[in-house]
Amino acid sequence: MNTTSQELDQKQAVTALRRKDLLGIAELSPGEIELVLDTAEAMKEVGTRPIKKVPALRGKTVVNLFYEPSTRTRTSFEIAEKRLSADTLNIAIGTSSVVKGETLADTALNLEAMSPDMIVLRHASSGACHFLSRVCRSAIINAGDGMHEHPTQALLDAFTIRERKKRLAGLKIAIIGDLLHSRVLRSNIHLLTKLGANVWVCGPPTLIPADIRRFGVTATSAVEEAVHDADVIMLLRIQLERMEGAYFPSLREYFRVFGMTEARLQLARPDVMIMHPGPMNRGVEIASEVADGPYSVILDQVANGVAVRMAVLYLLAGGAEHEEAA
Amino acid sequence: MPVVMDADRIGRTLTRIAHEIVERNKGTDDLAFVGVRTRGVPIARRLARTLREITGHEIPTGSLDITLYRDDLMRHAVGPQPVVRKTEIQFSIDNRKILLVDDVLYTGRTTRAALDALIDYGRPKAIQLIVLVDRGHRELPIKADYVGKNLPTSPEESVQVRLIEIDGEDEVVLEAGGGA
Repeated sequence: MNTTSQELDQKQAVTALRRKDLLGIAELSPGEIELVLDTAEAMKEVGTRPIKKVPALRGKTVVNLFYEPSTRTRTSFEIAEKRLSADTLNIAIGTSSVVKGETLADTALNLEAMSPDMIVLRHASSGACHFLSRVCRSAIINAGDGMHEHPTQALLDAFTIRERKKRLAGLKIAIIGDLLHSRVLRSNIHLLTKLGANVWVCGPPTLIPADIRRFGVTATSAVEEAVHDADVIMLLRIQLERMEGAYFPSLREYFRVFGMTEARLQLARPDVMIMHPGPMNRGVEIASEVADGPYSVILDQVANGVAVRMAVLYLLAGGAEHEEAA
Repeated sequence: MPVVMDADRIGRTLTRIAHEIVERNKGTDDLAFVGVRTRGVPIARRLARTLREITGHEIPTGSLDITLYRDDLMRHAVGPQPVVRKTEIQFSIDNRKILLVDDVLYTGRTTRAALDALIDYGRPKAIQLIVLVDRGHRELPIKADYVGKNLPTSPEESVQVRLIEIDGEDEVVLEAGGGA
């Protein structure tokens, strides 16, 4: 049979996520990342229709299990699930049996007895999603585990950058803030370096993990150096709730030395994008004029989160290929 | 592998269908083309071009990806999900006569999915179906309004439509057994 050139191209491109779970970006190939981003483009269009719903996940049940507070991520997953016609169930930990002392594994196995197809998990412990993926038959989607990974945030960040800049390769991307406690940083470093971006990370020396350069990034505590000629500036929240010691003298001093102000922005490229995964601490990592200014794409990130999560839910619903024989 | 339509034949067929569209709709008022991805899209664009040459009117043209509406999507226990591509319909379909374009009409399941998808965009005045090849073997009560060629086939055969815009050549080929 004659195979046309386009069919050949499609065969070379990755056309499916052949995995059960999305636990992190670390294990994804560049082709798999591109597939999620391409699928998200189609999903974004669904959100512009008069009827923002497609029947793709009809009859699938998705449990959103959140052990940590979240507005954006939980709402975003729930809207994504509903737009794909899945049945959704939200478990907020404050009102569940966890307050009575039930373990994560017991909670998950009890939920699984009711046959959900997917579990979206946010947990304060790094590795909680990996653990659950071994215990559960359901597909596990990591919605943030401790200081480990937050893969859908990195995917929506990449989607937002690609939408504006049409590419990731070769861009200078400066990530500034609390590098030590950030799962968003870890997922973003994996993703951006896999797709060929030039990643700079910047923060107080006390908040720079010792082995960060191993991941192929340039680390500095000189914010001007990080911002210079940057195509994208991504700010990370100072995570006071995860800090067990004094990492810097005061929030005011942090803002003075590292805060993103209009003056610092002048050092970046004229078409720079300002990003923040939220929630923002105005006047700490970012000045209000910058957060609300013309270079900010912070609300685009939120909007794109729904499309990216729809793509992940859709692609994982096919399951892992090796299960086909079972 | 017999070629059942060559480039000339495809060209003449599309010109004929364009004339039929004008005749049947008594002009081009309220018409819009929606091509079903992948090969319905270039066929829809060609028909729109021909209609402009005949009538001088520009007919809006969009493209529809039906993957999220497939009836076999979640029926298999596990397996890779089909690739989803973007739907682009930049006009309101409300109160328009939509000319839905696909390359091959076979079981009718793609058309069923396309009809469901279209209805999510609005309430068209009417939907008419245009196909380059009708190969029979319908599994749903669906019928085309404009047919390029009726091609009797056996279920084992496969019909391959190749178009310049995608495949670099124009032809329709009937392939024996085991094909896609």
